[in-house]
Amino acid sequence: MNKVMKLMLIALAMVAFTAGTTLAKTELVIVSWGGAYTASQQKAYHEPYMKLHPDIQIINDDSAGSGAAKLRAQIEAGNVTWDLLDALAADAIALCDEGLVEEINPDTMLAPAPDGTPASKDFGDLLISPCFIPEIVYSTTFGYRKDKFKTPPTTIADVFDLKKFPGKRALEKKPVGNLEWALIADGVDVAKVYDVLGTPEGVDRAFKKLGTIKDSVIWWSKGAQPPQLLADGEVTIASAYNGRLFNAIAKEKQPIAMLWDYQLFDLDGWVVPKAAPHKKEILEYLKFATDTQRLADQAKYISYGPARKSSAPLVGKHAELGIDMKPHMPTAPENSKHVIVKNHLWWADHEVELTERFNAWLAE
Amino acid sequence: MTTPNITQEVLTTADGVPLKTSLNHALRRRKIRSLLLVAPLFFFILLTFLIPITDMLLRSVDNKIVPTLLHRTIPLLAGWDETGQDLPDEPVFHAMVEDIKEGAAAKTILRLGRRLNFERAGMSSLFRKTSRRVKRLGQVDSYREAMLKIDRQWGDIKTWRLIKRESGTMTLSHFLSAVDRQRNDDGTIGLKPKYKRIYIKLFGRTMALSLLITALTVLLGYPIAYLLATLPTKTGNLLIILVLLPFWTSLLVRTSAWIALLQKEGVINDLLVALGIIADNHRLTMIHNQIGTVVAMTHILLPFMVLPLYSVMKTIPPSYVRAARSLGATRFTAFIQIYLPNSVPGIGAGGILVFILAIGYYITPELVGGTSGTFISNMIAYHIQGSLNWGLGAALGTLLLLLVLALYILYDKLVGIDNMKLG
Repeated sequence: MNKVMKLMLIALAMVAFTAGTTLAKTELVIVSWGGAYTASQQKAYHEPYMKLHPDIQIINDDSAGSGAAKLRAQIEAGNVTWDLLDALAADAIALCDEGLVEEINPDTMLAPAPDGTPASKDFGDLLISPCFIPEIVYSTTFGYRKDKFKTPPTTIADVFDLKKFPGKRALEKKPVGNLEWALIADGVDVAKVYDVLGTPEGVDRAFKKLGTIKDSVIWWSKGAQPPQLLADGEVTIASAYNGRLFNAIAKEKQPIAMLWDYQLFDLDGWVVPKAAPHKKEILEYLKFATDTQRLADQAKYISYGPARKSSAPLVGKHAELGIDMKPHMPTAPENSKHVIVKNHLWWADHEVELTERFNAWLAE
Repeated sequence: MTTPNITQEVLTTADGVPLKTSLNHALRRRKIRSLLLVAPLFFFILLTFLIPITDMLLRSVDNKIVPTLLHRTIPLLAGWDETGQDLPDEPVFHAMVEDIKEGAAAKTILRLGRRLNFERAGMSSLFRKTSRRVKRLGQVDSYREAMLKIDRQWGDIKTWRLIKRESGTMTLSHFLSAVDRQRNDDGTIGLKPKYKRIYIKLFGRTMALSLLITALTVLLGYPIAYLLATLPTKTGNLLIILVLLPFWTSLLVRTSAWIALLQKEGVINDLLVALGIIADNHRLTMIHNQIGTVVAMTHILLPFMVLPLYSVMKTIPPSYVRAARSLGATRFTAFIQIYLPNSVPGIGAGGILVFILAIGYYITPELVGGTSGTFISNMIAYHIQGSLNWGLGAALGTLLLLLVLALYILYDKLVGIDNMKLG
């Protein structure tokens, strides 16, 4: 009897001890996009960080898709449970303007490049908002079915040419990107795109050009749709996030090829919520996760370009497929001969107005 | 002394309390007890439903941000004649500089820019640029000159008219937007330009398609429910599982399954081409349009119609129809005059359930609706999650709620709400 009691007591003590140690771990809630993207962050940032800091436990939350709205609700309710949010540049600007996220000083709060270049220089003009630390450069670009055309499409104008390149198109159900492409396909110089779009005639012109293919377009709203539409043969050319196309081509071996002409550069990165529960710990994590090596590591798992200049030479092979990732980066020289750099501040002004018009135009 | 004095005498209980009082006490106790039993649910609904909904509805008119952040400028603007052609006077410009300086220091001014940008494109960057530049602005002779130098939009009378128009703590502008209206420059309310009108059309489409979907679920669900209710219990229960099975499958999976079936290179088109019914280059377009939305949503919402119908039909005694038949009614007459009226409460319950769920759907229309099959809820979702214009989202939501309430009252008048049964 006594022995049994003793054993039970020891067991109890052990349970209490393990419970105590798990409780002592600080849990950081990091919100991102889920799927392959969160997986790449888990491998490149979270796992090495937790190895270095055994007292930190990182919890992934996959609700970045509605992150801005949810964060605003949390802050208004005075109950912030997120420590870090992965956001698109446009949302980051909006959140910063609304005062819902913290300002970050890159030079004092982020790691410099290995050669000592301060972070503000290393990120350069990608630091588009005082609250936003970019992780990746991604692009919305085109993929086409290799088996459907004798001569492959090579320019953005080919996307709008239904005679030479028959078949349906898939485009994102947003004015962003589509209006720029329409103008460039219509002969506007890329340097003047936003000036032209700023005039009523320019907007009319863009919608008119889009109207030439409107009846042949399937509009997508979730990133997974366009590779699927291409794979099913529903469309012959589709705009999509380059990482999704890479997956369809390199991993799933679909008969799809990339058309990089005038890809639209955009950014994705971190914002720190106001009143984040573990401010001190998360800033420490942020310094680690956005250093040169970590950003380069992420490109091993997903084909998005690192946001730091100093990371580019460190990009290596894909961790599972063993392919050299450099030629698949949107930032690779041969892919980025013609690019549109999304003008975020211009869109911050015009997105509401043009989305309204775009939706009305779709519903016509 | 022949009349008995009973009426004068007060009836009392054994311990001398008047009977009436005692009865009142007992009734009151019972009332309190029942109130206490209901109280937890009431507070739960109040806290988790009524208060949040009211809060959301109030956002549709809330405009406190403008008078709060421009607390120096707004009172001065009251004295400015916005119908004239002159810009406000120097003190207004001075007040605006001070307000923006204060807002820039508190990092709140860009919120104001975003709020006003919902009314007019360009206000966001106007405040962004101005707030950056006024910080460095020292003593100047003319604040008006200084602001015009920062951005010439400050010299545009429309900027000031907009600020004065939106200077109240409440605004109607979200509701105006929600019905495709806007304020013209002269302050009158008019339609938005044609290329921007969308919400009225979407409200109409949401209502029409939801009614169509409800009608289709009745048409498809009625025979199924009838079959289930009339079969022996054992077989009936087995078949009920078949009705419930899709119910337990994820909404996204069911929607994607419809895409695989209906798309141009999909199963149905392949089958039709293989059978030679249609030519390969004339494949049918059945998805990414209204057909897609109607088909997918009818399937997804069908269980919500079958289940109430089934539970009501279960309660209709078979002897009714037998009695009608024995009195000489044909099968058809017996069904129309006896069975159908008895099953109306189920149709009512299922109809309301399906209709209310249908008007709020947005993921399915988003994925299969293309451009002609999207609903007003897709726009509400966009404004809540995308543009973060919660004011307009709330206004659209309020209108949708009012529309549903109106339809509910209409239903009550036509069919009677008491005539609805879930089982």
